[in-house]
Amino acid sequence: MTGTARDSANLVAPREPRSWIGVRLVGSVRGLALIGVALAEAGLILALVSEVSLSVFVYPVLLIPPTLLAVRRLANVTRRLAGQWCGVRIPQPYRQYREPDPEAGAWCRFRQACGQLITEPATWRDLLWMTADPLLIWVLALLPFAVIGWGLEGVLMPAIWSPIVHAGGTYWYAFIPVNNEGTALLCLPLGLVFIALGVWITPLCLRWYGQAAYSMLSPSKEAALEQKVAQLSESRAEVVDTGAAEIRRIERDLHDGAQARLVAMGMTLSAAEQLLDQNPAAARALLLEARDASAKALTELRDLVRGIHPPVLADRGIGEAVRALAIDSPLRIRVTNELTGRPPAPVESATYFAVCELLANVSKHADARQVWIDLRYERGLLRVDVGDDGQGGADPSGGSGLRGIERRLSAFDGILAISSPPGGPTVATLELPCELSSPKTSSF
Amino acid sequence: MRIVIAEDLFLLRDGLIRMLGAHGFEVAAAVDTGAGLLEAVDEHQPAAAVVDVRLPPTFTDEGLRAALEARRRVPGLPVLVLSQYVEPIYARELLADGTGGVGYLLKDRVFDSAQFAEALRRVADGGTAMDPEVISRLLARNAGDNDLRGLSPREREVLGLMAEGRSNAAIAQRMVITERAVAKHTSSIFSKFGLQPSDDDNRRVLAVLAYLGR
Repeated sequence: MTGTARDSANLVAPREPRSWIGVRLVGSVRGLALIGVALAEAGLILALVSEVSLSVFVYPVLLIPPTLLAVRRLANVTRRLAGQWCGVRIPQPYRQYREPDPEAGAWCRFRQACGQLITEPATWRDLLWMTADPLLIWVLALLPFAVIGWGLEGVLMPAIWSPIVHAGGTYWYAFIPVNNEGTALLCLPLGLVFIALGVWITPLCLRWYGQAAYSMLSPSKEAALEQKVAQLSESRAEVVDTGAAEIRRIERDLHDGAQARLVAMGMTLSAAEQLLDQNPAAARALLLEARDASAKALTELRDLVRGIHPPVLADRGIGEAVRALAIDSPLRIRVTNELTGRPPAPVESATYFAVCELLANVSKHADARQVWIDLRYERGLLRVDVGDDGQGGADPSGGSGLRGIERRLSAFDGILAISSPPGGPTVATLELPCELSSPKTSSF
Repeated sequence: MRIVIAEDLFLLRDGLIRMLGAHGFEVAAAVDTGAGLLEAVDEHQPAAAVVDVRLPPTFTDEGLRAALEARRRVPGLPVLVLSQYVEPIYARELLADGTGGVGYLLKDRVFDSAQFAEALRRVADGGTAMDPEVISRLLARNAGDNDLRGLSPREREVLGLMAEGRSNAAIAQRMVITERAVAKHTSSIFSKFGLQPSDDDNRRVLAVLAYLGR
């Protein structure tokens, strides 16, 4: 998996409940749901310990790599949940994992898998986290839920006190001895206070949990650098390849197009020159032909230039260039441009061609009636959303076009994320880190 | 007819002066910057301005912006904008004030000097001259629309020529049909588009362009 694809998983903001109280109630239920993660973690650790301790029987050892991979998957679930529920984005720390050769024997595959997994520092950090995490979940995630539950008990106390007191005598609710209707009623406000407290600490606990997860599950500095280097050399190689291919294409287009036409034009003109005295009518026909050839050469040059660097992009920048695309497109496109300055030219160009490709995809596959493009700049990122109300179901991993966009963007550390549930709507989001330059001041 | 020219390439500027002179235009000034254009318009009060989109110092859309500014200062000043490429978005900006008297042509169109002079004359008279490439792109963009699919091939041809800014008489001549036939086609187009019919050539062109560019 490449860095580009990996980061994109967390890019699109999760669907959040809107209301204040909704956020908190859902938060406390999420805490409860994390117990599932805790149980799975405990199970995996247990499995691993048994596999190692049963290694005298040799064969259980073969189960270690799949278990470690399951650990990795579970850690990724935790990373994703931390992003969606706790608002802490945790990138994956792993080096690229190559599947062992399926042709090889079991032991050979075991060696290949173990070699990668055991030398990976992130594996050990995952394991360390997983031994501590269940405890953390019980404390941090369940605490708000327990406090709210306790509060609910207090609120209900006026209704349920009598069977409790009759069965077991005085019942202590926090510091209130409940033994008659009056004291039971006192529990109601206290219960409300507990509920408020639980509701208040819910997001705090989730955030603490997210931060704790971040400290263990995010890449160490060294791993982050290693990843960066791998990513840079990959994207550099791709940029060099793309650049070379592009230059070859331009050379070929010029050679077969404008250049050939100019040669033909020169020949036509010299033929016209020879005919000028004897047959002026034929010479005139040739001159007209030469004129047409020059017009065709111009058209081809124009198309070539448009493919290299579209004129509106050069003139006005990405916002207007996207607007020009919208005006030129058979799709009905609404463009919202909130950019206040211009990104650097290479970023603009990469963004422009990415948007072109996405629009081509929309018109090819989506069957959309309405398309919208939003351009924004937030916290050092140029962000472009291309959405449509088509049938959805676009596969972000498939399609050479999307791969091409990712490649183009990765040269700028940019990423592409696609959300396309079946039935739509599809939203493709580009993010590119860059600086905006202040808008060009008009001389008029 | 007095005109001013803003074009930074010496060869093209020279060629334009000579060609337009041969067609009976009087070139009052030929400048090479947007700021120069504004001064020349102030000074000479020309009947029309011929402006290249790409001018120094920025070599971007300086000429277009200068042309728009000139029209802000002298409302209705006819301008014919020339460019190495045409973009519907720029055509839309030129047409935005809805008064006409604008032209937007590829530089290639100067090859046919008679046609070019005719286009300039049309613009100077308050008409429009849109490059066939702009129109074909507008038509291509609307090709999926039911309104446009409802047109007969003949009507579509008339629509294209009308959108370029030609009068009924010119369309009739071009298509080798009678002017009455053209009028019949145009009124059919207007009713299919749900547009208000008009006897005024110029207003009709603007209505069609606004419809296609919506």
